[in-house]
Amino acid sequence: MAFAFEPGAELPELKTTPDRYLTVRYAGASGDFNPIHIDEEFARSVGLPGRILHGLWSMAQVARAATDAAGDPAALRSLSVQFRGMGVLEQEVVVTAKVKAVEDGVARIAGEARQGDTRIVRNAVAEVSVPER
Amino acid sequence: MPHNTDAVGKRYDPVVYAVGREKVKEYALAVGETNPLHLDVAAARAAGHADVVAPPMFAVVYQSPSVMPALFDPEVGIDFAMLVHSAQEFRWERLVVAGEELTTATTVAAISEKGGMGFFDFEVETVDAAGKPVATGIWKMIVRGEA
Repeated sequence: MAFAFEPGAELPELKTTPDRYLTVRYAGASGDFNPIHIDEEFARSVGLPGRILHGLWSMAQVARAATDAAGDPAALRSLSVQFRGMGVLEQEVVVTAKVKAVEDGVARIAGEARQGDTRIVRNAVAEVSVPER
Repeated sequence: MPHNTDAVGKRYDPVVYAVGREKVKEYALAVGETNPLHLDVAAARAAGHADVVAPPMFAVVYQSPSVMPALFDPEVGIDFAMLVHSAQEFRWERLVVAGEELTTATTVAAISEKGGMGFFDFEVETVDAAGKPVATGIWKMIVRGEA
């Protein structure tokens, strides 16, 4: 059944666990080969706990939560996010989002992506076109 | 470390990106897309598209070749060892499908400094072969101060 974009409605939670080679595949797919994402030794040498997720991959999970709920990639009109905590491999990412308002056929959605207690994407705001009724 | 703001307003030469079917599929799989519009030409065509549909966030892929030269521009002066991607915004006008050629131009929108950190905002505009707007990205970077 299609998700009803109504104020206060929570989007279906999106859960995904990046496997240990995810950042390698995303580096190839996106063209972002920054070694902090693909080289364990390098990441540690610059003070990171290990290889970290690409922020834009995490943002794509928020986008996917919105387009999956809408059932249509064209429905996503805008998305803005902030990156804070570092995302890590082999730990579940959970995207939660809520409809804040619906006006003139556009739903305004606020959300975030978390890994455990760490918010890796925060203050996500999406605008999604919804069918007029 | 003081940051030079002379580059604000600087616009870089547009970069053309040809959207490829296999690239769209590769990207869609890497971000976990399951919608067949992104993965299956027949499904995309059955839905009225000319070819597979790029997920909205594929904007990262077609805008990056335009953004990177700005990030590396010595006149902008970003210290890469201290660089953090702090925020990102996209606004989409329409879906993109494989086979299109897109043209993207980056402008240095703002450079400021606060608490020893540098804030760099890049505005990135993508148009289609007819010159019509496809997507706008705001790429925000922070350069951490040296201790």
